[in-house]
Amino acid sequence: MTNDVKGKQNWISRASPVLVVTAVIIAIWYAATVFLNAPFQKDIYKRGNNTTWTTSQLIKDTMSQKRPVLPSPHQVINEIYKTTVLKKITSKRSLIYHSWVTLSTTLVGFLIGSVLGILLAVGIVHSRTLDKSLMPWVISSQTIPILAVAPMIIVVLNAIGVQGLLPKAFISTYLSFFPITVGMVKGLRSPDVLYLDLMRTYSANKWQTFWKLRWPSALPYLFASMKIAISIAMVGAIVGELPTGAVAGLGARLLAGSYYGQTVQIWSALVMAAFLAGTLVALVGVANTYVDKRMGVKAQ
Amino acid sequence: MVRKVNSKNQSQSVIEAKKLSLTFETNDGPVHALSDIDLTVKEGEFVSFIGPSGCGKTTLLRVIADLETPTAGTIEVDGMSAHEARLARAYGYVFQAAALYPWRTIGRNISLPLEIMGLSKAEQKARVQKNLELVDLAGFEQKYPWQLSGGMQQRASIARALAVEPDILLMDEPFGALDEIVRDHLNEQLLKLWDKTKKTVVFVTHSIPEAVFLSSKIVVMSPRPGRIFDVIESTLPRDRTLDIRETPEFLELSHRVREGLREGHSYD
Repeated sequence: MTNDVKGKQNWISRASPVLVVTAVIIAIWYAATVFLNAPFQKDIYKRGNNTTWTTSQLIKDTMSQKRPVLPSPHQVINEIYKTTVLKKITSKRSLIYHSWVTLSTTLVGFLIGSVLGILLAVGIVHSRTLDKSLMPWVISSQTIPILAVAPMIIVVLNAIGVQGLLPKAFISTYLSFFPITVGMVKGLRSPDVLYLDLMRTYSANKWQTFWKLRWPSALPYLFASMKIAISIAMVGAIVGELPTGAVAGLGARLLAGSYYGQTVQIWSALVMAAFLAGTLVALVGVANTYVDKRMGVKAQ
Repeated sequence: MVRKVNSKNQSQSVIEAKKLSLTFETNDGPVHALSDIDLTVKEGEFVSFIGPSGCGKTTLLRVIADLETPTAGTIEVDGMSAHEARLARAYGYVFQAAALYPWRTIGRNISLPLEIMGLSKAEQKARVQKNLELVDLAGFEQKYPWQLSGGMQQRASIARALAVEPDILLMDEPFGALDEIVRDHLNEQLLKLWDKTKKTVVFVTHSIPEAVFLSSKIVVMSPRPGRIFDVIESTLPRDRTLDIRETPEFLELSHRVREGLREGHSYD
């Protein structure tokens, strides 16, 4: 009973800062909507010889334009509602369909990126040669703008017959392996000298030291890296959808929207992408909490 | 098996160092951590290394444990080279900090070396139980290290060292970070443990009462270069309680240790 009450208070105290920030963002958004759309609205009044418009009418009209500079939050929410709840999932106009395309690419790319990132880190930590030879490449790989590389990856892979989800996922991988590698190199090297000495006194071999000491020590670093990696994996997936000719995915919605000046469609795709990324990061957080509990981490 | 035969051939000397030296090369030139160490530790002895910081007492313990390699001289542990002794897990090492892995329960910390040795689950469980009882921590198996006090953590780390069932126990200032009341209590427990298990113990400390109270042999060391200044065979009976610290014999031994430390110390 007391636990229940405590849990409820905890939930409220944790949610309220987020809600306050959300409210502030929405308020600023509405203000910006009026400010940015007003010039075009006044132009319309002028051309329609409407000289009797009032401020309240102006504010109302700036939020109901068809192709506003900045759509108002309720326009975006209305668009999202129309394209998710009111559209069949199989429809090419369903935002759920496009979200799923991006989400599946993100997850595949993130998984490959995580495995690749961990393997690279293990290699770098255990071999001086790999440390010296690989690390500079790992870092320089991230200095190349992904927008420039993405079309080439798609074209090259297409030439050797790899099509569909994988080329886009590879772009996610390309972005997401990096924080995993950097985080895991640090994590695998994090054990105290004392802990390593202890392993030596047991004459433990490299594998035993890895699984019983280095790996558990690196897990907090892994989760921190995965939170970054999964959100940039989504960026990679969206970027990967652009050069495919805007067939499907949130990236395709962004591109098509900008072709036809459909700002409401662009913003609804953006909000959807932000929502998905936030959910994915939260899921990594849930996994993190679960693992922390299994590892006896003292509750904060 | 080989180990036992060898140690008998060595006329029961478990640790034998001859002309042992260790020089660290640093940017500021060589540091003579150990110089010309001759030392014999016999089976069942409780030997303390005492000296000011920088006298090489911890380094000497680490050489015995094959955590450092000497630059000259020979070292034999349990009738083998220190390296072979480490591979054979001839000793258990207790560090100044408990060094329990925070993600493992106390029970799983104690079974860590046993997992590495490849013992069966049943054997692991039996040894964990036995050694937890030995250090009075029965019932704390499922607790995580942070749930235990500093003294209890150090006892758990002693149980972990004993679980390997080594011939030798190497202890590097294990109670240095604890307050005096806890330290007295653990000293008494350690003596009982030594009596029960008949192990050879090598103990590093910088506390004179601790060294005199625990040891059957006290090795007084002096710094720059680290060397052995005096070796004192204790005249105290093997069976002792904390009250023995009030006896003239105890005070006499303490006096000799203190004199040795004073003479061996250079103040420059």
